[in-house]
Amino acid sequence: MATTAPGNLLMTTVERAARWARTRSMFPATFGLACCAIEMMATGAAHYDLARFGMEVFRASPRQADLMIVAGRVSQKMAPVLRQVYDQMPDPKWVVSMGACASTGGMFNNYALVQGVDQVVPVDIYVPGCPPGPQSLMHGILSLHDKIMSGEIDH
Amino acid sequence: MSPVLATLAAAFGSVIWEESHGQDVARVPSNDWLAFAQAAKDAGFEVCVDVTAVDWMRQRPERYEVVANLLSMSGRTRLRLITTVGRGEPTIDSLTPIWPGANYAEREVYDMFGIHFAGHPDLTRILMPDDWEGHPLRKDFGVGSVPVQFKASHQVS
Amino acid sequence: MTDEKTVDVWVAGTEEPQFQPTDEGAQELGLTESDARLADQYGRAVDDDYVFDDEVVDEERMIINMGPQHPSTHGVLRLQLELEGEVIRRSKPIIGYLHTGMEKTAEQLTFSQGPTNVTRMDYLAPLHCELAYSLAVERLAGVEVPPRASAIRVLMTELNRVASHLVALATNGMDIGAVSMMIYGFRERESILAFFEKVTGLRMNHNYIRPGGVAADMPPGWKDDVAAILEDIPRRLRLYDDLLKENPIWIARTQGVGVIEPEEAIALSITGPALRATGIDWDIRKAFPYSGIDQYEFDVVVGTRGDVYDRYQVKIGEIRESLKIVTQVMETMPRGDYRVDDAKITPPPRARIDESMEALIHHFKLFTEGFKVTAGETYVAVESPRGELGCYLVSDGGAKPYRMHTRAPSFYNLQALPVAMGDSLVADTIATIASMDPVMGDVDR
Repeated sequence: MATTAPGNLLMTTVERAARWARTRSMFPATFGLACCAIEMMATGAAHYDLARFGMEVFRASPRQADLMIVAGRVSQKMAPVLRQVYDQMPDPKWVVSMGACASTGGMFNNYALVQGVDQVVPVDIYVPGCPPGPQSLMHGILSLHDKIMSGEIDH
Repeated sequence: MSPVLATLAAAFGSVIWEESHGQDVARVPSNDWLAFAQAAKDAGFEVCVDVTAVDWMRQRPERYEVVANLLSMSGRTRLRLITTVGRGEPTIDSLTPIWPGANYAEREVYDMFGIHFAGHPDLTRILMPDDWEGHPLRKDFGVGSVPVQFKASHQVS
Repeated sequence: MTDEKTVDVWVAGTEEPQFQPTDEGAQELGLTESDARLADQYGRAVDDDYVFDDEVVDEERMIINMGPQHPSTHGVLRLQLELEGEVIRRSKPIIGYLHTGMEKTAEQLTFSQGPTNVTRMDYLAPLHCELAYSLAVERLAGVEVPPRASAIRVLMTELNRVASHLVALATNGMDIGAVSMMIYGFRERESILAFFEKVTGLRMNHNYIRPGGVAADMPPGWKDDVAAILEDIPRRLRLYDDLLKENPIWIARTQGVGVIEPEEAIALSITGPALRATGIDWDIRKAFPYSGIDQYEFDVVVGTRGDVYDRYQVKIGEIRESLKIVTQVMETMPRGDYRVDDAKITPPPRARIDESMEALIHHFKLFTEGFKVTAGETYVAVESPRGELGCYLVSDGGAKPYRMHTRAPSFYNLQALPVAMGDSLVADTIATIASMDPVMGDVDR
C-alpha cells in the first residue's frame, strides 16, 4: 500500500491499522522439519504460549497462512518443496528462519543440506540456536512484529 | 563357539569365523552370501537388524564390505556377517527374500555406495533425490565440495 | 501551484514486485523435465516395493500424495496412497526429505565430537543416540566407565524415554482429534526439559553422554528436582487415562486399526513399542543389558493385538516403568567419578591446566587431534523409545571414525506402514503413522 500523498492522515492511519491487524493475528504455516519443530511445538504449547500473540492456529494449508517458520534443516530434496509452499502463500507473507541449520546450514556443512534457507526463500528474521529455546523463538517473532509495526519491513 | 554356530561352521567350510570385542563375526565369501544367510535364518536368527557397508578404498583388495547384523531373539545372541564386494559394478545378492526388513537398508546401501543387490524388488534411491549423481558415502565423494544444487548462491562452500 | 492533487491509488498487480523472483530453487516444470520424473511427481507412477496380488483397475483408483509438508506426518514423510474411494489399497512411503549426511559428517569429526552429531539424529531421544555412540567408542577403545557415570546415564536416558513417549502420546492424541493431549503432553515434558537444562545445559540435543562418561556431574539439589518429577507425572498420567482409556471415540478410532501381526513384525525388523504391542516380549534392556541397567527392577510392557490402542497402552506402561527405574537410580546413585580417569581420553579439569604441563598437553592434544581408538569394528545397541538404536562403528586406528552407521529404529518401523495400512481408511492412516512414532531425523539421518 503506497501512501505518498503528503498530509494524507487518513491513509497513514489506515496503513497503521493494517499493520496492527497483520501483526496481531499472524497465522504460522506448519513447516517443522527437524529438532526445531519440537521446540516450535513447545512454543505453541501451554508453558510458552503462542496463543497470547494470536498465533496458536498453525495453519496446515499455506493458502491460509501468513508466516512460514522454517524450523529445521532443509535438505536438497526438500528445497523445491519449501519453495513451492512459499509460493503458495498469499501476500503479505513473512519468513522466519529458525535455528542454525535453517539460517546457515548449521553444523552440517555437507552435500546434503542447503546452506541456509535464504538461498531458496527471502528471510525476514533469523533466529539462532540449536535448537533455539521457545523464548528465543518468541523473541524472534516479536521482533518481526515490531519491524512490521514500525514499517521497517514493507511487505 | 556355540552349538548353533558350530553347525553353521560345519556346513560352510569357506567361512572365516572371528570374534570382535565379544561378538561373533562370520566372513562369508560373496558366492555363499545368500545360502549362508538362509542357513543362519533356519538356525534361529529370525531378525536381520541392519545391513550396511564400508568403503575401504585401496586399503583392502576388495573395495567394499557389506555387513549384515543378525539377531536371534530365541537364542539371545547376535551374529555379524561380512562379505566383500569389488570395485567396478559391485553386486551382491539381496537378503530381502529371506528377511523383508532388509529392504530399505539395502536401498540405502545402494544409494550411498552404489552396490547393486541382485533380487531386490525395488532398488532405487531412497535418501537422495532421484536424479542425484554420485554415491555420497564413498570415500572419493567429497563432504561438501559438491556444488550446491542452487547454483546462483554465492555461499557455496 | 496546481489545484489537482495526485493521490497514489494502489491497483493490484501493477506494483513493483518486492522480491525479484529467480528460479533459484524454484521447481522447474518445463521442457527439460523428463516424462519419467513428471510421472513420479504427479503420482502417476507407483513403484511397488511390496508385492500385492490385486491388479490396479485404473478407472476406480486414484493416486494421492500426502506430504512431505503435512501437519500429521510427523515430520517430512511423504506417502503415495492409491485410494479406492476412501480405502487405501496400496501405499508407499517416500523418505529422504531430511537427509543430513550425518554419517559422512561423522567421518570428519573426532570421537569426542561425535555425540554432537549423533544427538541430532533421533531428536526426541538425543541421549539414547549419544549413549549408543559412546558405548561403541568405549567398547572399541577398551574403556570401562565408572559406576556413577553408568547410573547417571541410566537416569538421563530413562527420563528421556518418558519425555519422548509424552511427545508421542501428545501427537498421537492430536492427530486423532484429542487436541488436549497435545497440551498435556508438552506440559509434562517441560518439567523434564527444565531438569535436563539444569544438568546438561540444553533442553534438547544435549551432547552430554560422551565417550568416557558424562560431560559434567549432577548439580546439587538434583534429587529434589527428580522427586518433583516423580510426583508430578504419575498424577498426570491418570488424567490421560481419564481422557482416553475408556473413551468410546478413542476406542473406536484406535482398536483394530493399524494391526501388525507378530510374524510380520519380526520379518520386517520392527523393534520397540510397536513390536511389544504385538505380544512379543523383546527389550534390549533385558536381553543385552548395557550401562548397568540390569541392577534395576522393571517390567517389560507387552500388548496383545498389535493395533494403535495397544501401542498407546504400551507407551503409557513404559512411562510408568521408566519412572520406577528413575526412582531406583535416585535412591542408589553411587558416589565416585562421573567420567573415566584415563588422561588419554578425558580432558583434565580446567583449573589444572594452569598448574600442570601434562594437563596442558593432554588438553591440547584431546581438543585438536582427539584420542585415537584401536582399529576394529563393533555394533552396540540400546533400547530407544522407538526401538533398537544401534551404532556400527569402524575405526582404522585414527582419531576419527572410519565409518559410523546408525541402525535407526524408525527407518525399519516405517517398513511396517504399507502392511499396517493396507485396506484401511485415510483417517486410520494418520492414526497408524502417529502410533508408529517415526522421527524423520532418525529415518533419514
